[in-house]
Amino acid sequence: MQKEAAIREPLILGDKSYKDITDDVVGPIEGKAPKAWKLMITITSIIAFYGVGCITYLIATGIGVWGLNKTVGWAWDITNFVWWVGIGHAGTLISAVLLLFRQKWRMAINRSAEAMTIFAVIMAAVFPGIHMGRLWVSYWVLPLPNQFGSLWVNFNSPLLWDVFAISTYFSVSLVFWYIGLIPDFATIRDRMVKPLPKKIYAFLSFGWSGRAKNWTRFEEVSLVLAGIATPLVFSVHSIVSMDFATSVIPGWHTTIFPPYFVSGAVFSGFAMVLTLLLIMRKTMNLENYIHVRHVEYMNIVIIVTGSIVGVAYLTELFISWYSGVEYESYAFINRFSGPYSWAYWIMMTCNVITPQLFWFRKIRRNLLATFVLSIIVNIGMWFERYVIIVTSIHRDYDPSSWGEFHATFIDIGIFIGTIGIFGTLFLLFARFFPVLALNELKSILKSSGENYKKLHHKDH
Amino acid sequence: MLKKVIHAMYNDEETLMDAARVLKKNGVRVKEVYSPFPIHGIDPIIGVKRTRLAIASFMYATTGTILALFGMWYFMIHDWPMNIGGKPNFTLLQNLPAFVPITFEFSVLCAAHGMAITYFIRNKTLPGMPASNPDPRTTDNMFVMEVTTDQNHDHSAEDLETMLKDSGIVEISVKDYQ
Repeated sequence: MQKEAAIREPLILGDKSYKDITDDVVGPIEGKAPKAWKLMITITSIIAFYGVGCITYLIATGIGVWGLNKTVGWAWDITNFVWWVGIGHAGTLISAVLLLFRQKWRMAINRSAEAMTIFAVIMAAVFPGIHMGRLWVSYWVLPLPNQFGSLWVNFNSPLLWDVFAISTYFSVSLVFWYIGLIPDFATIRDRMVKPLPKKIYAFLSFGWSGRAKNWTRFEEVSLVLAGIATPLVFSVHSIVSMDFATSVIPGWHTTIFPPYFVSGAVFSGFAMVLTLLLIMRKTMNLENYIHVRHVEYMNIVIIVTGSIVGVAYLTELFISWYSGVEYESYAFINRFSGPYSWAYWIMMTCNVITPQLFWFRKIRRNLLATFVLSIIVNIGMWFERYVIIVTSIHRDYDPSSWGEFHATFIDIGIFIGTIGIFGTLFLLFARFFPVLALNELKSILKSSGENYKKLHHKDH
Repeated sequence: MLKKVIHAMYNDEETLMDAARVLKKNGVRVKEVYSPFPIHGIDPIIGVKRTRLAIASFMYATTGTILALFGMWYFMIHDWPMNIGGKPNFTLLQNLPAFVPITFEFSVLCAAHGMAITYFIRNKTLPGMPASNPDPRTTDNMFVMEVTTDQNHDHSAEDLETMLKDSGIVEISVKDYQ
């Protein structure tokens, strides 16, 4: 059995046995829905319905109902898309990269982080979908034989790379998540007394029986999937950044975009994981499994990636001046002093300055401060995309076509709506799915549980 | 002779491992172990071979790479070459840099899904399959070792039962089967 240093903080607090872990996680699924959950899902559903209404109106009328104009042809739509995709990066990072690094603390958070990833990527996919205007011909992005020639899709275009990257990312994350869920569904199936839920969980568990050979395969599949999901995560946001970087727009045409976008994505993804988990651990009584130590680890990731993002902002500014290209320089001068300077400074404050507070151990380990800062990071990262997209195109080469973007209520409605849909999906997940990876937590109980650590400590 | 299957239940994976080691020393074959999580180190004791899923996954990835490259050569070079911003469209080699991202994504797609499907089929875990763990507690906190008389002709059922009873079990059940 693996042993762990006694001075290392335990990952599972309290006097827990295998049975307790099952009870703590499956208990809430078996019981009645708590009032707080019902209240929250009512609110998120209302917001979701409003969003669906706005989307329906948009599709019925046309994308002219957005505030886009001749100069600013991309605004909230693509901002929201990149924001959601970025958030979606934390889940796979936690489950794949941290698995390769054998980080045991990921086991308390990977299940819900992966769920968050999947829901966030679904929300991201909404935006390019509705931006097409004619959603019913969205299959045109696939290389299918057609009656136009056959005229194929353009494989030289980063926008098409994105189609492949996002769909691969979504389906691989889904498979990764589901393979991990199967043994836990089996646990629920074997405990459930009510006949209908028992049948449903039996179906979902695919007849998992937990044989030794099954577990060997399970671990191999998890490892290999983690191995291929790791470069996948990095490729996905690199490709998203190439949507911009391969264009010739000053402010977008930058070679640092891929690493800058990837670290930004991890940064915002971890912030969203923290926002959700800090609420979940409290409302679902998971304080023993997701505690200060886990939050601290995540905050360390936030400060590292946040600082990388900060360096990227400064590098961009420096290079725009150093390049000697006047258009490039103007794009950045306009960014921090033009009509959108307020957005630029919100971005700077939220992404670069406030996360530096995490250098203080007290703040890193303070749950309330973390919660507030995680929301600030999410706001900041939304503004980052808004700044990159809108400020770079609102003043183009021809001053007579300079303009500004004004969001309409449909722009706002759809964005808020996706948050509602995302919230609803996540709440459904929290209610009916095992929110912690039971089988993985049980496997680290003896090496990282508080009670077992004390026991070993006494031995020596 | 009537075949018998013995299920010995343990509440700790280490006790089960020790028991399995002792049984192996006495020449008893353990047919199966059911556990709520992977027990590291049990495989060599009960004779479970290493899975070849990773090799399968590599083969799926290679298939994906070839398919993606062939597809893009056909679409972009052979069937309908297009001049897009003067980008090279005459040979696959010249156009290759632009094809790298999709080749990579498609290889990953094929590797992941191919491996997942193989995993489900080999494990016999597919939607609607019935579960076959001997006791519902094996997905919660109990560990069950399955020993059959069929695989252990040198030992009688009583022998096996006494051997298992001494190994720190919680429960034991002996059943006849065909």
